[in-house]
Amino acid sequence: MDSMTLLETHDLTRHFDGIRAVDGVDLSLRQGEIHALIGPNGAGKTTLVSLLSGRIRAQSGRILFQGRDITAMPAHRRVRLGIAYTFQITQIYRALTVFDNVALAVQWQRPANAAAMVMEALERVGLQAERDAIAGTLSYGHQRLLELAMGLALNPRLLILDEPTQGLAESEIARFDAIVRSVVPQATVLLIEHNMDVVMRLAQRITVLDLGRVLATGTPEEIRANRAVQAAYLGE
Amino acid sequence: MTARILWTHVGALAALLAAHVLLPAYHHGNLARIMVLAIYATGYNIAFGYTGLLSLGHALFFGAGLYAAGLTAYYTGLPGWLALLAGPVAGGAVALALGSFALRTAGVAFMIVTLMFAQAFHLAILYLGRWTRGDEGLVIARASRQLFGLDLADGSVRFLVAWALFALTMVAALIIARSGLGRVMVAMRENEERSRMLGYDPYMTKLIALGLSGAMSGLAGGAYALLFGYVGASLASVQYSILPLLYVLLGGAGTVLGPLIGTVAMFYLIDLASNVTDAHQLVTGAALVLLILFAPRGILGSIRDRFARWIP
Repeated sequence: MDSMTLLETHDLTRHFDGIRAVDGVDLSLRQGEIHALIGPNGAGKTTLVSLLSGRIRAQSGRILFQGRDITAMPAHRRVRLGIAYTFQITQIYRALTVFDNVALAVQWQRPANAAAMVMEALERVGLQAERDAIAGTLSYGHQRLLELAMGLALNPRLLILDEPTQGLAESEIARFDAIVRSVVPQATVLLIEHNMDVVMRLAQRITVLDLGRVLATGTPEEIRANRAVQAAYLGE
Repeated sequence: MTARILWTHVGALAALLAAHVLLPAYHHGNLARIMVLAIYATGYNIAFGYTGLLSLGHALFFGAGLYAAGLTAYYTGLPGWLALLAGPVAGGAVALALGSFALRTAGVAFMIVTLMFAQAFHLAILYLGRWTRGDEGLVIARASRQLFGLDLADGSVRFLVAWALFALTMVAALIIARSGLGRVMVAMRENEERSRMLGYDPYMTKLIALGLSGAMSGLAGGAYALLFGYVGASLASVQYSILPLLYVLLGGAGTVLGPLIGTVAMFYLIDLASNVTDAHQLVTGAALVLLILFAPRGILGSIRDRFARWIP
Protein backbone atom coordinates (compact mmCIF):
# COMPACT_ATOMS: atom_id res chain seq x y z
CA MET A 1 0.00 0.00 0.00
CA ASP A 2 1.57 3.31 -1.03
CA SER A 3 1.09 6.51 0.90
CA MET A 4 -1.44 7.80 -1.62
CA THR A 5 -3.87 5.00 -0.87
CA LEU A 6 -6.55 5.72 1.75
CA LEU A 7 -8.51 2.50 1.66
CA GLU A 8 -8.12 -0.83 -0.04
CA THR A 9 -9.93 -4.13 -0.01
CA HIS A 10 -8.53 -7.56 -0.80
CA ASP A 11 -10.78 -10.32 -2.06
CA LEU A 12 -13.71 -8.88 -0.11
CA THR A 13 -16.67 -11.26 -0.12
CA ARG A 14 -20.20 -11.33 1.21
CA HIS A 15 -22.88 -13.78 0.08
CA PHE A 16 -26.54 -13.79 1.08
CA ASP A 17 -28.10 -17.26 0.95
CA GLY A 18 -26.04 -18.18 -2.07
CA ILE A 19 -26.43 -14.82 -3.80
CA ARG A 20 -22.95 -13.45 -4.41
CA ALA A 21 -23.67 -9.84 -3.45
CA VAL A 22 -19.98 -8.99 -3.17
CA ASP A 23 -17.67 -11.59 -4.63
CA GLY A 24 -13.93 -11.14 -4.25
CA VAL A 25 -13.67 -7.38 -4.70
CA ASP A 26 -10.30 -5.61 -4.81
CA LEU A 27 -10.88 -1.90 -4.53
CA SER A 28 -8.43 0.91 -3.92
CA LEU A 29 -9.30 4.50 -3.06
CA ARG A 30 -6.68 7.21 -3.40
CA GLN A 31 -6.23 10.02 -0.95
CA GLY A 32 -8.32 13.04 -2.01
CA GLU A 33 -10.10 11.63 -5.06
CA ILE A 34 -13.75 11.45 -5.96
CA HIS A 35 -14.28 7.81 -6.81
CA ALA A 36 -17.58 6.72 -8.29
CA LEU A 37 -19.04 3.27 -7.89
CA ILE A 38 -21.48 2.38 -10.63
CA GLY A 39 -23.23 -0.72 -11.87
CA PRO A 40 -26.68 -2.07 -12.66
CA ASN A 41 -29.27 -2.59 -9.91
CA GLY A 42 -28.30 -5.58 -7.80
CA ALA A 43 -24.62 -5.30 -8.74
CA GLY A 44 -23.68 -5.18 -5.05
CA LYS A 45 -22.84 -1.49 -4.71
CA THR A 46 -24.73 -0.88 -1.47
CA THR A 47 -23.50 -4.18 -0.02
CA LEU A 48 -19.92 -3.21 -0.84
CA VAL A 49 -20.13 0.19 0.88
CA SER A 50 -21.96 -1.42 3.80
CA LEU A 51 -18.93 -3.68 4.20
CA LEU A 52 -16.61 -0.67 4.06
CA SER A 53 -18.65 1.27 6.65
CA GLY A 54 -19.09 -1.79 8.86
CA ARG A 55 -22.89 -1.92 8.69
CA ILE A 56 -22.51 -5.55 7.66
CA ARG A 57 -19.63 -7.94 8.26
CA ALA A 58 -17.43 -9.43 5.57
CA GLN A 59 -17.41 -13.20 5.13
CA SER A 60 -13.86 -13.20 3.91
CA GLY A 61 -11.25 -10.83 2.61
CA ARG A 62 -9.70 -7.77 4.21
CA ILE A 63 -10.31 -4.03 4.44
CA LEU A 64 -7.34 -1.73 5.08
CA PHE A 65 -7.91 1.92 6.01
CA GLN A 66 -4.80 4.11 6.20
CA GLY A 67 -2.82 0.88 6.34
CA ARG A 68 -4.75 -0.48 9.28
CA ASP A 69 -6.86 -3.65 9.11
CA ILE A 70 -10.42 -2.67 10.00
CA THR A 71 -12.20 -5.78 8.72
CA ALA A 72 -13.51 -6.72 12.18
CA MET A 73 -13.99 -3.20 13.53
CA PRO A 74 -17.56 -2.24 14.53
CA ALA A 75 -19.25 0.47 12.47
CA HIS A 76 -19.33 3.17 15.17
CA ARG A 77 -15.57 2.91 15.65
CA ARG A 78 -14.94 3.17 11.93
CA VAL A 79 -16.95 6.41 11.96
CA ARG A 80 -14.66 7.80 14.64
CA LEU A 81 -11.67 6.67 12.61
CA GLY A 82 -12.95 8.80 9.71
CA ILE A 83 -15.29 6.70 7.56
CA ALA A 84 -18.64 8.47 7.23
CA TYR A 85 -21.63 6.93 5.47
CA THR A 86 -24.69 8.78 4.24
CA PHE A 87 -27.68 6.59 3.70
CA GLN A 88 -29.40 5.80 0.43
CA ILE A 89 -32.74 6.15 2.22
CA THR A 90 -32.59 9.35 4.23
CA GLN A 91 -31.84 8.64 7.88
CA ILE A 92 -32.29 11.71 10.03
CA TYR A 93 -33.78 12.33 13.46
CA ARG A 94 -37.17 13.47 12.25
CA ALA A 95 -38.36 14.66 15.68
CA LEU A 96 -35.25 16.75 16.44
CA THR A 97 -34.31 20.17 15.11
CA VAL A 98 -31.95 20.53 12.17
CA PHE A 99 -29.34 21.95 14.54
CA ASP A 100 -29.63 19.03 16.98
CA ASN A 101 -29.32 16.52 14.13
CA VAL A 102 -25.94 17.92 13.14
CA ALA A 103 -24.92 18.51 16.78
CA LEU A 104 -25.02 14.75 17.32
CA ALA A 105 -22.44 14.31 14.56
CA VAL A 106 -20.20 16.86 16.28
CA GLN A 107 -20.66 15.92 19.95
CA TRP A 108 -18.14 13.07 20.28
CA GLN A 109 -15.42 15.11 18.59
CA ARG A 110 -15.52 17.48 21.60
CA PRO A 111 -14.56 20.58 19.62
CA ALA A 112 -13.80 23.87 21.37
CA ASN A 113 -16.83 25.47 19.76
CA ALA A 114 -19.42 22.85 18.86
CA ALA A 115 -22.12 25.32 17.85
CA ALA A 116 -19.80 26.99 15.35
CA MET A 117 -18.90 23.61 13.87
CA VAL A 118 -22.59 22.73 13.49
CA MET A 119 -23.34 26.04 11.80
CA GLU A 120 -20.36 25.66 9.49
CA ALA A 121 -21.70 22.29 8.28
CA LEU A 122 -25.18 23.76 7.83
CA GLU A 123 -23.77 26.70 5.87
CA ARG A 124 -21.88 24.38 3.54
CA VAL A 125 -25.18 22.79 2.47
CA GLY A 126 -27.14 26.06 2.71
CA LEU A 127 -29.45 25.06 5.54
CA GLN A 128 -28.33 27.66 8.10
CA ALA A 129 -31.71 29.42 7.97
CA GLU A 130 -33.50 26.16 8.85
CA ARG A 131 -31.47 25.52 11.99
CA ASP A 132 -34.48 25.55 14.35
CA ALA A 133 -36.86 23.69 12.05
CA ILE A 134 -37.97 20.17 13.01
CA ALA A 135 -36.09 17.91 10.61
CA GLY A 136 -39.16 15.86 9.69
CA THR A 137 -40.93 18.97 8.38
CA LEU A 138 -38.22 19.79 5.81
CA SER A 139 -38.79 19.15 2.11
CA TYR A 140 -37.29 15.94 0.72
CA GLY A 141 -34.44 17.79 -0.94
CA HIS A 142 -33.56 19.61 2.27
CA GLN A 143 -33.64 16.35 4.21
CA ARG A 144 -31.07 14.95 1.76
CA LEU A 145 -28.93 18.05 2.33
CA LEU A 146 -29.28 17.62 6.10
CA GLU A 147 -28.08 14.05 5.77
CA LEU A 148 -25.10 15.37 3.81
CA ALA A 149 -24.45 18.04 6.46
CA MET A 150 -24.28 15.33 9.13
CA GLY A 151 -21.72 13.47 7.03
CA LEU A 152 -19.65 16.64 6.57
CA ALA A 153 -19.85 17.48 10.29
CA LEU A 154 -18.27 14.12 11.10
CA ASN A 155 -15.13 15.57 9.54
CA PRO A 156 -14.39 12.31 7.73
CA ARG A 157 -11.28 11.14 5.89
CA LEU A 158 -13.59 9.12 3.65
CA LEU A 159 -17.13 10.21 2.85
CA ILE A 160 -19.32 7.48 1.36
CA LEU A 161 -22.38 8.85 -0.44
CA ASP A 162 -25.00 6.25 -1.32
CA GLU A 163 -27.12 7.61 -4.22
CA PRO A 164 -27.16 11.14 -2.81
CA THR A 165 -28.91 12.78 -5.78
CA GLN A 166 -31.79 10.30 -5.92
CA GLY A 167 -35.04 12.26 -6.11
CA LEU A 168 -33.36 15.68 -6.25
CA ALA A 169 -34.31 18.39 -8.73
CA GLU A 170 -31.72 19.62 -11.28
CA SER A 171 -31.12 22.84 -9.36
CA GLU A 172 -30.49 20.90 -6.18
CA ILE A 173 -28.07 18.58 -7.99
CA ALA A 174 -26.00 21.59 -9.08
CA ARG A 175 -25.64 22.64 -5.44
CA PHE A 176 -24.78 19.06 -4.54
CA ASP A 177 -21.97 18.99 -7.13
CA ALA A 178 -20.36 22.01 -5.55
CA ILE A 179 -20.59 20.56 -2.06
CA VAL A 180 -18.96 17.27 -3.09
CA ARG A 181 -16.16 19.13 -4.88
CA SER A 182 -15.52 21.13 -1.71
CA VAL A 183 -14.81 17.93 0.25
CA VAL A 184 -11.77 16.98 -1.81
CA PRO A 185 -8.79 16.95 -1.74
CA GLN A 186 -8.70 17.15 2.08
CA ALA A 187 -10.90 14.06 2.23
CA THR A 188 -11.88 11.31 -0.19
CA VAL A 189 -15.34 10.70 -1.61
CA LEU A 190 -16.78 7.35 -2.62
CA LEU A 191 -19.91 8.04 -4.61
CA ILE A 192 -22.58 5.52 -5.58
CA GLU A 193 -24.58 7.18 -8.29
CA HIS A 194 -27.01 6.27 -11.04
CA ASN A 195 -27.04 9.69 -12.66
CA MET A 196 -24.28 9.31 -15.29
CA ASP A 197 -24.02 13.06 -15.86
CA VAL A 198 -23.16 13.54 -12.19
CA VAL A 199 -20.65 10.67 -12.29
CA MET A 200 -18.87 11.91 -15.40
CA ARG A 201 -18.77 15.48 -14.08
CA LEU A 202 -17.45 14.67 -10.62
CA ALA A 203 -15.45 11.44 -10.62
CA GLN A 204 -11.72 11.24 -11.19
CA ARG A 205 -11.94 7.47 -11.19
CA ILE A 206 -14.81 5.04 -11.64
CA THR A 207 -15.21 1.44 -10.56
CA VAL A 208 -17.86 -0.59 -12.35
CA LEU A 209 -19.43 -3.42 -10.40
CA ASP A 210 -21.47 -6.22 -11.93
CA LEU A 211 -22.82 -9.33 -10.20
CA GLY A 212 -20.67 -8.60 -7.16
CA ARG A 213 -17.41 -8.37 -9.13
CA VAL A 214 -15.29 -5.50 -10.36
CA LEU A 215 -15.78 -5.24 -14.10
CA ALA A 216 -13.41 -2.33 -14.62
CA THR A 217 -11.69 0.56 -12.87
CA GLY A 218 -10.39 3.68 -14.55
CA THR A 219 -10.87 7.31 -15.50
CA PRO A 220 -14.24 8.38 -16.93
CA GLU A 221 -12.73 8.26 -20.45
CA GLU A 222 -11.38 4.75 -19.97
CA ILE A 223 -14.70 3.53 -18.58
CA ARG A 224 -16.61 5.10 -21.45
CA ALA A 225 -14.33 3.31 -23.91
CA ASN A 226 -14.44 -0.06 -22.15
CA ARG A 227 -16.33 -2.62 -24.24
CA ALA A 228 -17.22 -4.90 -21.36
CA VAL A 229 -18.74 -1.99 -19.50
CA GLN A 230 -20.66 -0.90 -22.54
CA ALA A 231 -22.11 -4.37 -22.91
CA ALA A 232 -22.99 -4.83 -19.28
CA TYR A 233 -24.13 -1.43 -18.25
CA LEU A 234 -23.94 1.63 -20.34
CA GLY A 235 -25.99 -0.02 -23.06
CA GLU A 236 -24.30 1.93 -25.81
CA MET B 1 -28.95 25.50 32.22
CA THR B 2 -31.52 28.12 31.44
CA ALA B 3 -33.19 29.82 34.39
CA ARG B 4 -36.74 28.72 33.61
CA ILE B 5 -35.71 25.05 33.49
CA LEU B 6 -33.97 25.42 36.83
CA TRP B 7 -36.89 27.26 38.44
CA THR B 8 -39.49 24.84 37.11
CA HIS B 9 -37.76 21.93 38.79
CA VAL B 10 -36.83 23.77 41.96
CA GLY B 11 -40.46 24.93 42.10
CA ALA B 12 -41.72 21.36 41.85
CA LEU B 13 -39.48 20.27 44.70
CA ALA B 14 -40.52 23.31 46.79
CA ALA B 15 -44.20 22.50 46.20
CA LEU B 16 -43.63 18.94 47.45
CA LEU B 17 -41.89 20.32 50.52
CA ALA B 18 -44.71 22.79 51.14
CA ALA B 19 -47.14 19.87 50.99
CA HIS B 20 -45.37 18.51 54.07
CA VAL B 21 -46.83 21.30 56.21
CA LEU B 22 -50.04 21.85 54.29
CA LEU B 23 -51.45 18.38 53.64
CA PRO B 24 -53.77 16.53 56.05
CA ALA B 25 -52.40 13.29 57.51
CA TYR B 26 -53.99 10.91 55.00
CA HIS B 27 -52.65 12.69 51.92
CA HIS B 28 -49.34 13.36 53.67
CA GLY B 29 -48.86 9.60 54.07
CA ASN B 30 -49.90 9.01 50.47
CA LEU B 31 -47.47 11.58 49.15
CA ALA B 32 -44.52 9.94 50.94
CA ARG B 33 -45.37 6.69 49.14
CA ILE B 34 -45.95 8.53 45.87
CA MET B 35 -42.51 10.14 46.03
CA VAL B 36 -40.86 6.74 46.51
CA LEU B 37 -42.84 5.35 43.58
CA ALA B 38 -41.92 8.48 41.59
CA ILE B 39 -38.24 7.64 42.13
CA TYR B 40 -39.04 4.28 40.56
CA ALA B 41 -40.92 5.93 37.68
CA THR B 42 -38.04 8.39 37.14
CA GLY B 43 -35.68 5.43 36.86
CA TYR B 44 -38.01 3.64 34.47
CA ASN B 45 -38.20 6.80 32.38
CA ILE B 46 -34.43 6.82 31.84
CA ALA B 47 -34.70 3.46 30.06
CA PHE B 48 -38.12 3.79 28.46
CA GLY B 49 -38.74 7.51 28.05
CA TYR B 50 -35.28 8.65 26.99
CA THR B 51 -33.62 5.56 25.52
CA GLY B 52 -36.72 3.83 24.12
CA LEU B 53 -36.14 0.54 25.96
CA LEU B 54 -39.58 -0.91 26.63
CA SER B 55 -38.88 -3.18 29.59
CA LEU B 56 -41.58 -5.31 31.18
CA GLY B 57 -39.23 -6.50 33.91
CA HIS B 58 -38.30 -3.49 36.01
CA ALA B 59 -39.87 -5.17 39.05
CA LEU B 60 -36.64 -7.17 38.99
CA PHE B 61 -34.58 -4.03 39.69
CA PHE B 62 -37.10 -2.58 42.14
CA GLY B 63 -37.30 -5.96 43.85
CA ALA B 64 -33.51 -6.37 43.92
CA GLY B 65 -33.23 -3.03 45.75
CA LEU B 66 -36.16 -3.87 48.00
CA TYR B 67 -34.69 -7.18 49.10
CA ALA B 68 -31.07 -6.02 49.22
CA ALA B 69 -32.04 -3.24 51.64
CA GLY B 70 -34.79 -5.17 53.41
CA LEU B 71 -32.83 -8.35 54.08
CA THR B 72 -29.80 -6.32 55.19
CA ALA B 73 -31.92 -4.40 57.68
CA TYR B 74 -33.84 -7.49 58.81
CA TYR B 75 -30.99 -9.97 59.24
CA THR B 76 -27.90 -7.88 59.97
CA GLY B 77 -27.10 -5.17 62.43
CA LEU B 78 -25.50 -3.02 59.74
CA PRO B 79 -26.30 0.71 59.84
CA GLY B 80 -29.35 2.00 57.99
CA TRP B 81 -27.42 4.00 55.39
CA LEU B 82 -25.61 0.85 54.33
CA ALA B 83 -28.91 -1.02 53.94
CA LEU B 84 -30.28 1.90 51.90
CA LEU B 85 -27.15 2.02 49.75
CA ALA B 86 -27.51 -1.70 49.05
CA GLY B 87 -30.71 -0.81 47.13
CA PRO B 88 -29.26 1.17 44.20
CA VAL B 89 -26.12 -0.98 44.13
CA ALA B 90 -28.18 -4.17 43.78
CA GLY B 91 -30.61 -2.60 41.31
CA GLY B 92 -27.80 -1.23 39.15
CA ALA B 93 -25.74 -4.44 39.24
CA VAL B 94 -28.72 -6.63 38.33
CA ALA B 95 -29.67 -4.25 35.52
CA LEU B 96 -26.14 -4.36 34.08
CA ALA B 97 -26.06 -8.15 34.34
CA LEU B 98 -29.46 -8.58 32.67
CA GLY B 99 -28.71 -5.86 30.13
CA SER B 100 -25.43 -7.44 29.09
CA PHE B 101 -27.36 -10.16 27.29
CA ALA B 102 -30.97 -8.88 27.09
CA LEU B 103 -29.75 -5.88 25.08
CA ARG B 104 -28.68 -8.22 22.30
CA THR B 105 -32.41 -8.36 21.62
CA ALA B 106 -34.75 -5.48 20.81
CA GLY B 107 -38.45 -4.71 20.60
CA VAL B 108 -40.81 -7.55 21.49
CA ALA B 109 -37.97 -9.97 22.23
CA PHE B 110 -36.53 -7.49 24.76
CA MET B 111 -39.95 -7.17 26.40
CA ILE B 112 -40.24 -10.94 26.73
CA VAL B 113 -36.70 -11.48 28.03
CA THR B 114 -37.06 -8.78 30.69
CA LEU B 115 -40.52 -10.04 31.70
CA MET B 116 -39.23 -13.58 31.95
CA PHE B 117 -36.31 -12.73 34.23
CA ALA B 118 -38.47 -10.58 36.47
CA GLN B 119 -40.92 -13.47 36.79
CA ALA B 120 -38.06 -15.85 37.57
CA PHE B 121 -36.95 -13.48 40.34
CA HIS B 122 -40.47 -13.28 41.72
CA LEU B 123 -40.72 -17.07 41.79
CA ALA B 124 -37.27 -17.32 43.39
CA ILE B 125 -38.44 -15.10 46.25
CA LEU B 126 -41.39 -17.42 46.81
CA TYR B 127 -39.12 -20.47 46.53
CA LEU B 128 -36.71 -19.05 49.12
CA GLY B 129 -39.58 -18.57 51.55
CA ARG B 130 -37.46 -19.80 54.44
CA TRP B 131 -35.63 -16.48 54.34
CA THR B 132 -38.07 -14.19 52.56
CA ARG B 133 -41.38 -15.56 53.89
CA GLY B 134 -42.71 -15.22 50.35
CA ASP B 135 -45.99 -13.37 49.87
CA GLU B 136 -46.46 -12.91 53.59
CA GLY B 137 -43.20 -11.00 53.64
CA LEU B 138 -41.05 -9.56 56.36
CA VAL B 139 -41.89 -6.70 58.65
CA ILE B 140 -38.73 -4.77 59.50
CA ALA B 141 -38.55 -3.71 63.13
CA ARG B 142 -38.47 -0.03 63.98
CA ALA B 143 -35.04 -0.45 65.57
CA SER B 144 -33.61 -1.56 62.22
CA ARG B 145 -35.03 1.44 60.38
CA GLN B 146 -32.71 4.19 61.55
CA LEU B 147 -30.84 6.51 59.21
CA PHE B 148 -28.12 8.63 60.84
CA GLY B 149 -30.17 8.69 64.04
CA LEU B 150 -33.41 9.50 62.22
CA ASP B 151 -36.38 7.24 62.96
CA LEU B 152 -37.78 6.29 59.56
CA ALA B 153 -40.95 4.90 61.13
CA ASP B 154 -41.91 8.45 62.10
CA GLY B 155 -44.35 9.91 59.53
CA SER B 156 -42.68 13.29 59.39
CA VAL B 157 -39.15 11.93 59.02
CA ARG B 158 -40.36 9.42 56.45
CA PHE B 159 -41.86 12.19 54.32
CA LEU B 160 -38.71 14.30 54.45
CA VAL B 161 -36.39 11.40 53.66
CA ALA B 162 -38.64 10.35 50.75
CA TRP B 163 -38.55 13.97 49.56
CA ALA B 164 -34.76 14.16 49.81
CA LEU B 165 -34.29 10.90 47.90
CA PHE B 166 -36.77 11.98 45.24
CA ALA B 167 -35.04 15.35 44.93
CA LEU B 168 -31.70 13.59 44.49
CA THR B 169 -33.14 11.31 41.81
CA MET B 170 -34.90 14.11 39.98
CA VAL B 171 -31.77 16.27 39.88
CA ALA B 172 -29.79 13.27 38.62
CA ALA B 173 -32.40 12.69 35.90
CA LEU B 174 -32.27 16.36 34.93
CA ILE B 175 -28.49 16.27 34.68
CA ILE B 176 -28.57 13.05 32.63
CA ALA B 177 -31.29 14.40 30.32
CA ARG B 178 -29.28 17.53 29.57
CA SER B 179 -25.89 15.82 29.26
CA GLY B 180 -24.17 14.50 26.17
CA LEU B 181 -25.11 11.00 27.28
CA GLY B 182 -28.77 12.04 27.50
CA ARG B 183 -28.70 13.38 23.95
CA VAL B 184 -27.18 10.14 22.67
CA MET B 185 -29.83 8.14 24.58
CA VAL B 186 -32.57 10.12 22.82
CA ALA B 187 -30.71 9.64 19.52
CA MET B 188 -30.80 5.85 20.05
CA ARG B 189 -34.51 6.02 20.76
CA GLU B 190 -35.19 8.13 17.67
CA ASN B 191 -32.99 6.26 15.19
CA GLU B 192 -30.52 3.62 16.30
CA GLU B 193 -28.94 2.94 12.90
CA ARG B 194 -28.40 6.64 12.26
CA SER B 195 -26.78 7.00 15.68
CA ARG B 196 -24.45 4.08 15.06
CA MET B 197 -23.35 5.70 11.81
CA LEU B 198 -22.64 8.95 13.67
CA GLY B 199 -20.11 7.09 15.82
CA TYR B 200 -22.09 5.97 18.86
CA ASP B 201 -22.15 2.43 20.21
CA PRO B 202 -25.82 1.41 20.58
CA TYR B 203 -25.09 -1.49 22.91
CA MET B 204 -22.96 0.53 25.36
CA THR B 205 -25.34 3.49 25.36
CA LYS B 206 -28.30 1.26 26.16
CA LEU B 207 -26.36 -0.70 28.77
CA ILE B 208 -25.36 2.49 30.61
CA ALA B 209 -28.95 3.77 30.43
CA LEU B 210 -30.31 0.49 31.76
CA GLY B 211 -27.71 0.47 34.56
CA LEU B 212 -28.69 4.01 35.64
CA SER B 213 -32.36 3.09 35.35
CA GLY B 214 -31.81 -0.05 37.43
CA ALA B 215 -29.88 1.88 40.10
CA MET B 216 -32.72 4.40 40.47
CA SER B 217 -35.30 1.60 40.55
CA GLY B 218 -33.21 -0.17 43.17
CA LEU B 219 -33.00 3.03 45.22
CA ALA B 220 -36.79 3.23 45.14
CA GLY B 221 -37.03 -0.41 46.25
CA GLY B 222 -34.52 0.12 49.07
CA ALA B 223 -36.29 3.29 50.20
CA TYR B 224 -39.61 1.46 50.14
CA ALA B 225 -38.28 -1.32 52.39
CA LEU B 226 -36.80 1.03 54.99
CA LEU B 227 -39.44 3.77 54.96
CA PHE B 228 -42.48 1.51 55.06
CA GLY B 229 -40.86 -1.38 56.90
CA TYR B 230 -42.26 -4.12 54.74
CA VAL B 231 -40.68 -6.43 52.18
CA GLY B 232 -42.90 -8.92 50.33
CA ALA B 233 -42.96 -10.90 47.11
CA SER B 234 -46.01 -9.04 45.76
CA LEU B 235 -43.80 -5.93 45.49
CA ALA B 236 -41.68 -7.81 42.94
CA SER B 237 -44.63 -9.19 40.97
CA VAL B 238 -45.43 -8.35 37.36
CA GLN B 239 -47.79 -5.63 38.56
CA TYR B 240 -44.75 -3.68 39.73
CA SER B 241 -43.24 -3.91 36.26
CA ILE B 242 -46.37 -2.46 34.69
CA LEU B 243 -46.97 0.35 37.21
CA PRO B 244 -43.93 2.49 36.33
CA LEU B 245 -44.81 2.11 32.65
CA LEU B 246 -48.29 3.47 33.40
CA TYR B 247 -46.91 6.31 35.52
CA VAL B 248 -44.48 7.34 32.81
CA LEU B 249 -47.01 7.06 29.97
CA LEU B 250 -49.53 9.11 31.92
CA GLY B 251 -47.09 11.79 33.03
CA GLY B 252 -45.13 12.03 29.80
CA ALA B 253 -42.32 9.75 28.63
CA GLY B 254 -39.01 11.48 28.12
CA THR B 255 -39.72 14.41 30.42
CA VAL B 256 -37.99 14.93 33.78
CA LEU B 257 -41.12 15.85 35.75
CA GLY B 258 -43.51 13.56 33.88
CA PRO B 259 -42.88 10.50 36.11
CA LEU B 260 -43.83 12.48 39.25
CA ILE B 261 -46.95 13.92 37.63
CA GLY B 262 -47.95 10.51 36.31
CA THR B 263 -47.39 8.80 39.66
CA VAL B 264 -49.51 11.35 41.53
CA ALA B 265 -52.29 11.16 38.93
CA MET B 266 -52.35 7.37 38.69
CA PHE B 267 -52.07 6.88 42.46
CA TYR B 268 -55.10 9.08 43.12
CA LEU B 269 -57.01 7.65 40.17
CA ILE B 270 -56.64 4.18 41.68
CA ASP B 271 -57.35 5.54 45.17
CA LEU B 272 -60.57 7.27 44.08
CA ALA B 273 -61.66 4.33 41.94
CA SER B 274 -61.22 1.89 44.82
CA ASN B 275 -63.60 4.01 46.91
CA VAL B 276 -66.27 3.57 44.28
CA THR B 277 -65.76 0.06 42.97
CA ASP B 278 -63.79 -3.12 43.53
CA ALA B 279 -62.98 -3.16 39.83
CA HIS B 280 -60.45 -0.33 40.13
CA GLN B 281 -58.17 -2.06 37.65
CA LEU B 282 -60.90 -1.55 35.06
CA VAL B 283 -60.71 2.18 35.73
CA THR B 284 -56.93 2.06 35.34
CA GLY B 285 -57.32 0.22 32.05
CA ALA B 286 -59.92 2.66 30.76
CA ALA B 287 -57.69 5.59 31.72
CA LEU B 288 -54.83 4.03 29.79
CA VAL B 289 -56.95 3.49 26.67
CA LEU B 290 -58.18 7.10 26.79
CA LEU B 291 -54.61 8.28 27.26
CA ILE B 292 -53.30 6.37 24.25
CA LEU B 293 -56.21 7.61 22.13
CA PHE B 294 -56.21 11.28 23.06
CA ALA B 295 -52.87 12.15 24.63
CA PRO B 296 -50.27 9.54 23.64
CA ARG B 297 -47.47 11.85 24.81
CA GLY B 298 -48.89 11.98 28.36
CA ILE B 299 -49.74 15.01 30.46
CA LEU B 300 -46.42 16.83 30.42
CA GLY B 301 -45.55 15.54 26.95
CA SER B 302 -48.72 17.13 25.55
CA ILE B 303 -47.99 20.40 27.33
CA ARG B 304 -44.48 20.37 25.94
CA ASP B 305 -45.67 19.70 22.39
CA ARG B 306 -48.21 22.52 22.46
CA PHE B 307 -46.86 25.24 24.68
CA ALA B 308 -43.35 24.78 25.95
CA ARG B 309 -40.79 22.97 23.83
CA TRP B 310 -38.05 23.92 26.26
CA ILE B 311 -39.22 21.46 28.95
CA PRO B 312 -36.48 18.85 29.34
